[in-house]
Amino acid sequence: MSLFKSREALLAGAILVLLALIASRFPAFIAPDNLARVFTDTSPLLILALGQTVVILTRCIDLSVAANLALTGMVCAMLNAAMPGVPVVVILLIAVTLGAVMGMVNGLLVWKLAIPSIVVTLGTMTIYRGTIFLISDGAWVNAHEMSAAFTGFPRATVLGLPMLAWFGILAAVVMIVMIRSTPLGRAFYAVGGNPHAAVYTGISVGRTQFWAFTLSGALAGLCGYLWVARYAVAYVDIAGGFELEVVAACVIGGISIAGGAGTILGTILGALFLGIVKNALPVVDISPFWQMAISGTAIIVAVTLNTRNTKRKGRIILRRAQEQTEGATA
Amino acid sequence: MKLTRRLFGGAAMAAALMAGSVATAQEDTVRIALVVKALGIGFFEAAAKGAEEAAAELGNVEVIYTGPTDTTAEGQIEVINALIAQQVDAIAVSANDTDALVPVLKKAMQRGITVISWDSGVAAEGRELHLNPSSNPLIGNMIIKLAADELPEGGKVAVLSATTTSTNQNTWIAEMNKVMGNYEGIEVVGTVYGDDLADKSYREATGLMQTYPDLDAIIAPTSVGIVAAARAVEDAGKVGQVNVTGLGLPSEMAGAIESGASKSFAIWNPIDLGYSATMLAYQLATDAAEAAPGAEIPMGRMGTLTLDENTEGAMADPFVYDASNINDFKDIF
Repeated sequence: MSLFKSREALLAGAILVLLALIASRFPAFIAPDNLARVFTDTSPLLILALGQTVVILTRCIDLSVAANLALTGMVCAMLNAAMPGVPVVVILLIAVTLGAVMGMVNGLLVWKLAIPSIVVTLGTMTIYRGTIFLISDGAWVNAHEMSAAFTGFPRATVLGLPMLAWFGILAAVVMIVMIRSTPLGRAFYAVGGNPHAAVYTGISVGRTQFWAFTLSGALAGLCGYLWVARYAVAYVDIAGGFELEVVAACVIGGISIAGGAGTILGTILGALFLGIVKNALPVVDISPFWQMAISGTAIIVAVTLNTRNTKRKGRIILRRAQEQTEGATA
Repeated sequence: MKLTRRLFGGAAMAAALMAGSVATAQEDTVRIALVVKALGIGFFEAAAKGAEEAAAELGNVEVIYTGPTDTTAEGQIEVINALIAQQVDAIAVSANDTDALVPVLKKAMQRGITVISWDSGVAAEGRELHLNPSSNPLIGNMIIKLAADELPEGGKVAVLSATTTSTNQNTWIAEMNKVMGNYEGIEVVGTVYGDDLADKSYREATGLMQTYPDLDAIIAPTSVGIVAAARAVEDAGKVGQVNVTGLGLPSEMAGAIESGASKSFAIWNPIDLGYSATMLAYQLATDAAEAAPGAEIPMGRMGTLTLDENTEGAMADPFVYDASNINDFKDIF
């Protein structure tokens, strides 16, 4: 019974209904090959959403992920264009490190200066985008300037799936394990669920948020390389506005914007839901003028279902938390 | 700012009045200044190459290739003031701002300097004529011609545009539809919009290939779209089956030409543009031709330029790039 009531089950059901609807108009969409392709296409969104999830769990938000992705991608592309001999493993390491450093900047500002995260990341989002322009002079890095190994890596097939998809799966597995079984993973929930109580149990709220941002940044950096290599082009505006899709995937997946509630499985399903919608719209022959409206409606419907489903439970938790907080401060 | 500009314009006018009808000294060599948006841009370096070619052909022409170090109207005004002081015979400018350059260019014209704009125009009162690299009807015809040329038996093509509201793309697609009658057997099965985002364009192109399994060509009259579509065709393993064409830049499309995903694409040729601008400036500076609506002005190997009621003209069809010439252009722009 509780299984049917869980957000994840409901969302999984919604995805199946969605797939059935698409299949009724375009049967080839649910062919295994195509589903694998859709999953591959959704992987960058999934990886970024996983990072965003931990940030949102700690009552923060990271709007700089797409800019972080674009800057890291540009650095990787320029590095590859200048030194084609650098192996992909090194580029991957650089991407993750650079992304993590940019995440740390967000984290430090939120932790040490206690600035609201939405303000911090709005600022760094613009700074990171601007930096791309500074280092590239607005010029593109194009396919013929990149080495074959650089662009070939994300699409190299291992066990029937491209590396890009494997990175999505790997990130999901690591995150599930991390959230479930490490002190840091539990700390994310504790900090978001009740910061005051978290402090009393010896968890530093700021430090936990710092690590959440670092993690989100590192994953964004990883995506930076994967994105640029996949589309074989790097320019200032890549992934423009993608941060909102990432937040949408989390919200659809049932991650509470108020923090402290939601599961990694929910995020995975949320990202898949959005990815399926985005990939299906071009093939189901719907006027492009309607596509945006449909995407938006899908998000609102999914979120409404989610909140309705957990309304009572969520309210009680919040009220209790509030009472506790008031009790603690009194 | 506006005030200084106005004062400046007034001063220029007074100076011109005082100078009276003193014409520029006719020297043996005609000095033509090619003023570009900014120095160090491959596209304009190529245009300068074309200008030199025209100068060599004409014999008695000295080309002064100049411009600001960054793409600002202020920088161009300084450069043009310096050129006026040097008493050049003609200024051919690709403007950073349609209106901001008008006062200084008016001043130049009052001193008897021939002023034309090319590539990026200035308002009509600030120049004698404007040279457009191409025209909407020519572009509309070219993009369908590129697809049709590879499909002698006819076939299905689809259009991948930018956003639903992009004026340029919508105009070109409308012009393309007007001439569809000339291309028998070519059927446009759909138009999709990639919003000039790499990932959305890629998905839309993939969607096209799924919806129309027998699709023969994708026409993308947008530089982001054409690159993404080529990538999508490569990833779908449909190189040779689906030809990606449209408008793109050689540097961005070199990879797609190499892989075969795109057989050919078009964009204006900056060398031809610099060449034509120099030819036109020479014709006007030597009074061999006059810029008036309806005038036909020769521009060497590029034929003649016909001016419309706004004294604007279109140089030529967009230039076609394919495997045979991509390597000459990919490092230029």
